[in-house]
Amino acid sequence: MSSKEVAVLGAGMHPWGKWGRNFVEYGVHAARAALADAGLAWTDVQFVAGGDTMRNGYPGYVAAATFAQALGWSGAQVASTYGACATGAQAIDLARARILAGLCDVALVVGADTTPKGFFAPTGGERKTDPDWQRFHLLGATNPIYFGLYARRRMEIYGATPRDFAQVKVKNSRHGFSNPNARYKKLYTIEEVMGSPIVSDPLRLLDICATSDGGAAVVLTSMDFARKRATKPVRIAAVSTVTPRYPNTVIEMPNFATDSAVGVAAPDVPFRDSIARGAYEQAGIGPEDVSLAEVYDLSTALELDWYENIGLCKPGDAEKLLRDGVTTLGGRQPVNTSGGLGCFGEAIPAQAISQLCELTWQLRGQAGERQVKNAKVGVAVNQGLFGHGSAVLAKV
Amino acid sequence: MPPPKARIPAVDGWFTLDAKAPQLLGTRCKACGSYFFPKETSFCRNPSCAGSEFEEVPLSTRGKLWSFTDNRYAPPKPYMAGDPFVPYAVAAVELEREKMVVLGQVAGGVGCDQLHAGQEMELVLDTLYEDDANEYLVWKWRPA
Repeated sequence: MSSKEVAVLGAGMHPWGKWGRNFVEYGVHAARAALADAGLAWTDVQFVAGGDTMRNGYPGYVAAATFAQALGWSGAQVASTYGACATGAQAIDLARARILAGLCDVALVVGADTTPKGFFAPTGGERKTDPDWQRFHLLGATNPIYFGLYARRRMEIYGATPRDFAQVKVKNSRHGFSNPNARYKKLYTIEEVMGSPIVSDPLRLLDICATSDGGAAVVLTSMDFARKRATKPVRIAAVSTVTPRYPNTVIEMPNFATDSAVGVAAPDVPFRDSIARGAYEQAGIGPEDVSLAEVYDLSTALELDWYENIGLCKPGDAEKLLRDGVTTLGGRQPVNTSGGLGCFGEAIPAQAISQLCELTWQLRGQAGERQVKNAKVGVAVNQGLFGHGSAVLAKV
Repeated sequence: MPPPKARIPAVDGWFTLDAKAPQLLGTRCKACGSYFFPKETSFCRNPSCAGSEFEEVPLSTRGKLWSFTDNRYAPPKPYMAGDPFVPYAVAAVELEREKMVVLGQVAGGVGCDQLHAGQEMELVLDTLYEDDANEYLVWKWRPA
């Protein structure tokens, strides 16, 4: 067993929804659930990693201390971090690094969010030099604009169809149907998806993930600590938080343009491919070893991109993989067994942590109706705007 | 008759105001030749380049359509959406000389049904929004 592993001793979530309550409540609910799952008390926690939220005032910028105060000041060490949608992976990696460095045995990782209605807009104030402000002001480039560009590109170069995109939603709605933490528990048909209004052509309302309230937490411990309490704990074998390599030649939120490939040739491995690859290399395994994957399906079409980015198939083969049922529960490598963002909606700092919760329950055989048989290795990937990669690889 | 509104750029220094042949303005690193848009003026972002001197360069006014989509619903502020909101397309255009892709709205009410990847596009200036005194201009793409 590699010495670079830490154990996931506990996992817990607050159900996703549009509850309209303070994000701290969701975080504490998830933290208590994770601690109970681990069989530990809050006062056993030596280090708290908090995933920040940008939409809930100052407590959101100092999330670890905010959660620690709400759980009851205990003198634990804390660190708060932000990496947009990749925030959770950064918090997980902070805790993992502390444990691997021998600085603590028990760490709590928490992320939670309360989101406004509608499109994500930049945070308030006129900030004329902030690219996130500029893209809305000068282009009206909402997040779905970028998702729409990627989706149309798949159609133009690989012959993907809106029906393929709808099929992703249908699949994920079946996966998430029995998940007690999912926000949307409804079985969709292809016709319902293709009959929903277009938001950013070719993507329709039901192709695009909503924004949600929710919270997720995990208790990470050293392997020595875990072995005294669990016979076969789930292990984190790798975390990848890589940035792109220059020049990044794929247009990314919130940019107006890609890097130029004039001074330096584009790298052999594009950014989104490099994210999971970084985790595979750390863990010494490959995509063929993966039993299940949680990928960041901001749109249905983006889930297809991820199949290729994480090595489940070659570029252009994702639609075939989907149509053949490989990524559906019961298939060879199910993707988004939780129901994905399609069933959850995005609760930014909680999302990568919730992906790890799903991997943990699957690898323990506790995923109920959505259980993947004989799950041994799970990978969760994600990407945060401004160049944040996020991949977590868990094994049992 | 009210006096004609002044036509001013919605952002300073990102494009020329030549109504007939507008150009985006980027910078180019004097050491490694990398292009940047919007302008980079302090340190070169090529990790192997120590360059810190840049020249302002007009970017190619034509390119090939990489992908496209549209806004069917009004984006939130700070986008200054008209009322009623008129949907518009957004294009990602590949510039051959600069080896980069640049986004822009699509001018002239051209919708996604009139676009396809690989299509030749050209740069134009068009109104982004207006108030009582001014018309604010921005760059847009349109089929060449």
